[in-house]
Amino acid sequence: MHVIVCIKSVPDTTEVRFNPETNTLMRDEVESIINPFDTYAIEEGLRLTEAHGGKVTVLSMGPPKAEKELKEAIAMGCHEAVLLSAREFAGSDTWATAYTLAQAIRKLGDYDIVLCGKQAMDGDTGQVGPGIANQLGISQLTYVSKIREVDLEGRSITVERLLEEGREMVRTQLPALLTVVKDINQPRYPTFRGIRRARNMQLPTWTPDDLPGIERQYLGLDGSPTKVIRVFTPPPREEKVQMIAGETVEEMADLLAGKLIAEKVV
Amino acid sequence: MALLIIDRDACIGCGVCVEVCPFAALELVEGIAVVNDNCTACGACIPECPVDALRLPESVTRRGTPDIESYRGVWVWVEQFGGKAASISWEMMGQGRRLADELGVPLTACVLGHGMEAMARQAVAYGADRVFLADDPALAVYRTAPYARILVDLVRAHKPEIFLLGASSRGRDLAGSVATDLYTGLTADCTGLEIEPGTRLLRQTRPAYGGNIMATILTPDHRPQMATVRHRVFEAPKPDERREGQIVPVDVGVSEEDIVSKVVEFIAESEEVNIADARIIVSGGRGVGGPEGFEPLRELAHVLGGALGASRAAVDEGWIPYAHQVGQTGRTVRPDLYIACGISGAIQHRAGMSTARVIVAINKDPEAPIFDIATYGLVGDLFQIVPALTEQLRRKLGR
Amino acid sequence: MELQLTPEHEMVRKMVREFAEREIAPTIKEHDRSQTFDRSLLPKMAAQGLLGICIPVKYGGAGMDYLSLGLACEELERVDTSARVILSVHVGLNSMTLLQWATEEQKQAYLVPQAMGERIATYGLTEPNAGSDVAGIQTTARRDGDHYVLNGEKMWISLADVADQFLIFAYTDKSQRHRGMSAFIVEREFPGVHTGTIHGKMGVRAGNTGSISLQDARVPAKNLLGHEGEGFKIAMSALDNGRYTVACGSVGLIRACLEASVRYAHERYAFGQPIGQHQLVQQMIARMAQRLDAGRLLCYQAGWLKNQGVRNTRETSMAKWYCCDAAFDSAADAVQIHGAYGYSDEYDVERYLRNSKGAVIYEGSREIHQIMQAQYALGYREDRPLRCELPAYDQDAWEAEA
Repeated sequence: MHVIVCIKSVPDTTEVRFNPETNTLMRDEVESIINPFDTYAIEEGLRLTEAHGGKVTVLSMGPPKAEKELKEAIAMGCHEAVLLSAREFAGSDTWATAYTLAQAIRKLGDYDIVLCGKQAMDGDTGQVGPGIANQLGISQLTYVSKIREVDLEGRSITVERLLEEGREMVRTQLPALLTVVKDINQPRYPTFRGIRRARNMQLPTWTPDDLPGIERQYLGLDGSPTKVIRVFTPPPREEKVQMIAGETVEEMADLLAGKLIAEKVV
Repeated sequence: MALLIIDRDACIGCGVCVEVCPFAALELVEGIAVVNDNCTACGACIPECPVDALRLPESVTRRGTPDIESYRGVWVWVEQFGGKAASISWEMMGQGRRLADELGVPLTACVLGHGMEAMARQAVAYGADRVFLADDPALAVYRTAPYARILVDLVRAHKPEIFLLGASSRGRDLAGSVATDLYTGLTADCTGLEIEPGTRLLRQTRPAYGGNIMATILTPDHRPQMATVRHRVFEAPKPDERREGQIVPVDVGVSEEDIVSKVVEFIAESEEVNIADARIIVSGGRGVGGPEGFEPLRELAHVLGGALGASRAAVDEGWIPYAHQVGQTGRTVRPDLYIACGISGAIQHRAGMSTARVIVAINKDPEAPIFDIATYGLVGDLFQIVPALTEQLRRKLGR
Repeated sequence: MELQLTPEHEMVRKMVREFAEREIAPTIKEHDRSQTFDRSLLPKMAAQGLLGICIPVKYGGAGMDYLSLGLACEELERVDTSARVILSVHVGLNSMTLLQWATEEQKQAYLVPQAMGERIATYGLTEPNAGSDVAGIQTTARRDGDHYVLNGEKMWISLADVADQFLIFAYTDKSQRHRGMSAFIVEREFPGVHTGTIHGKMGVRAGNTGSISLQDARVPAKNLLGHEGEGFKIAMSALDNGRYTVACGSVGLIRACLEASVRYAHERYAFGQPIGQHQLVQQMIARMAQRLDAGRLLCYQAGWLKNQGVRNTRETSMAKWYCCDAAFDSAADAVQIHGAYGYSDEYDVERYLRNSKGAVIYEGSREIHQIMQAQYALGYREDRPLRCELPAYDQDAWEAEA
């Protein structure tokens, strides 16, 4: 079995603090990490190959320093890793990113399952997974919370999807692309053996020249249909607390209930 | 690797761009601005430069949607589950109607499913001038491939300039596939949709970096401009049964045998609301005193349709399972409403919930740090206040 | 001179930090309050390879270097001292001593299961009447055929009531004074070995500390570590490694204090501004930052020397002395910065303070280290080569499979 996991290197936003004076994110010391949802994808890929044999290739599109996240995936147990990094890829929106990743997946050869995290912590769109599936012409199953069965011979996969109303069991054909949610597993830690292996590994970096058949007009800023025209900070929260007092508890409750309804939060 | 082009001769080293950059991608090196890999080409710095020393590369071969002027009209996908319309779709219709009115174009709803005639009429009542109705047993249950195929074909045939979908699981699943097929721009989880004066373009505003910054996005050269919006960001309009509209049946052209994905089973969710996604959380801390102390909070959460949360103190004491813990070592939550009962507001806890839209703090101690970040504060006995609040809300909300 | 950690070291640090945050942090307050040791932590640490982190792969270890050991200690203690103590006694004082002094048969019999975490190990030197005065221990070991018979009591032993095997120091020949001391590998299962837990410690309450009682305990003669009479030297060399882990752990504690204090200084308001704007608070934080930088470098130096196979008794002692004092001072300041909240256990800083006091006492008290450093400086003390030295870190040798 060949599982391809797409990961993204993102800033650790739990660490990101906002500087209210300059209206900017204080990112200088912020580390980059594997997008947390993607660690669940990596874990699921490792579990699949542990059960069915085969290998996990982890793929990422990003700046050169994203190699750190790929090495961490290797340290978790992934077998191979490829970094897609080139000036031509910079400024990609989700369409161009999905296009680029799909071309790289084509080059990686035969695969059975592509795994992605549900969404990236910085962009939060969740669009790249479906985009890749569409580009590759394979089935997509999003919000997967459990892989129930994989039939490699029969070329089918059955999963549980976590939807608002409940859990849906869906079966589709392989190859398929899955985006996974946190409920699916508990990601393992990197191991020392994995860390040693990652240290000794040279990761290939692919540019457009390495992707035969790629159409450069679809890459990067130029290839992206969406354009960010403005970035700003949301208005800060009101400073002072409104203390609600009353003669009786009923009065306080009445006042508060009224306010909550007016704020449309209930 | 960064895209930003800096005219080193023009740069006066004033440092304004460094301060304005939301991604710390710029710094002054020997008095000249230098850009690093953090640059996302957002363009925030360009208008700030007093000497116009910054620019992004010109688009050389922008391949947009051909015949872009012929794209007119606003469309909305009406999502259904089990024969009932998802309320998010009506919220989208409200926005669609507003945008259509501003542009002076018709609003079209796309209804896919089986036995959907009544819903198509509902769509008209909610503001659609026209409804494309794709009705077939094979469409009764949502699956990506057939739904996407039908919408893509409709878009190619009828060319809307704007297409809105609710950002539900299905909506996001569908929108990503459709936008890719059409090679057009899709902006997820918009909190603002406005028509840009002059250009008629859709300005889409959305949060990024966990809500720390907001971005405004355009899809200038591709059609349709697609956007998804989360539940409850906008209000649904009131339906008007007297409205008239055209219901157009659509040839489905897909049979069950053609569809590769099969829904095998569906298990409705029984359990409590998950605090990670909950819109309302009622949370208890040390002041709750014991496992029984959570009962009034559970009542309140139930009336509000919310989830039960807890501070680490309560979890450590064993009064409530760890799954409910909010805070640095528990879950980080971002509900619309967070009611903290008997929680002092230790920093570990605050880190887990401080970005909630409205925070209500109920505590005996007027000095409790939770009041520093609360929107509304009540000093008193939570065992008296919480039941009284539950009663008031039950009455006022008619539950 | 490379003063930077490699990317692999950063991966190690990150992994141990995540492990500590996920496996230890959620329940540590509970365990600290109830003074219970979380036994379930040991198999988890074993599975991650932490219990054999710097032991060669061919002896069942993870094959990492001594700096990795230091980083692991730093990250464990950042969450709680009790977790780092496990590495101090199991790896630092015991396993590394076996690596240095044991015969091949002893390594196979004892080091391998320890490195794999199948057997837990600790170190028994201190007694009720002898701490700093190591030569003042009273445990005896009498040769009887192909056994030694041990009698005595060890006290203040970490993991005493949990460990499976102990490194015990006893006099085989009192007349030779400290040259008459010997070291023994003792298994819990040997007849005459009993252990108990000590309660009521000021700190490290989530850690197990206890006593080992040896009553005519029969230890096979092949379990003598090194030669008869080498016990004192072995004990001292073990402390070089134990102290290193304590020093590195203290760096983690300083960092925990600094992180907690910085967070609180941003959030707590007094006199209309965050207290981080108040200069006397700033002074305390600046000193913490200084201690962190200085302490860390002293530890890295010691770890680097170990990697090179260079004798580092002086440098390790300096690091331990400085870092433990620095951690204690930082914890006291952290409590102060938190004000009344620092005095309650709702925040972690009071636990840091209680924990930090122990390190100023154990593994060579602050006073012992000062005397050592003065003796080095004055030329009264010189380290002479040992018969067995801690092997230098050799990546290929460490990573080679059995």
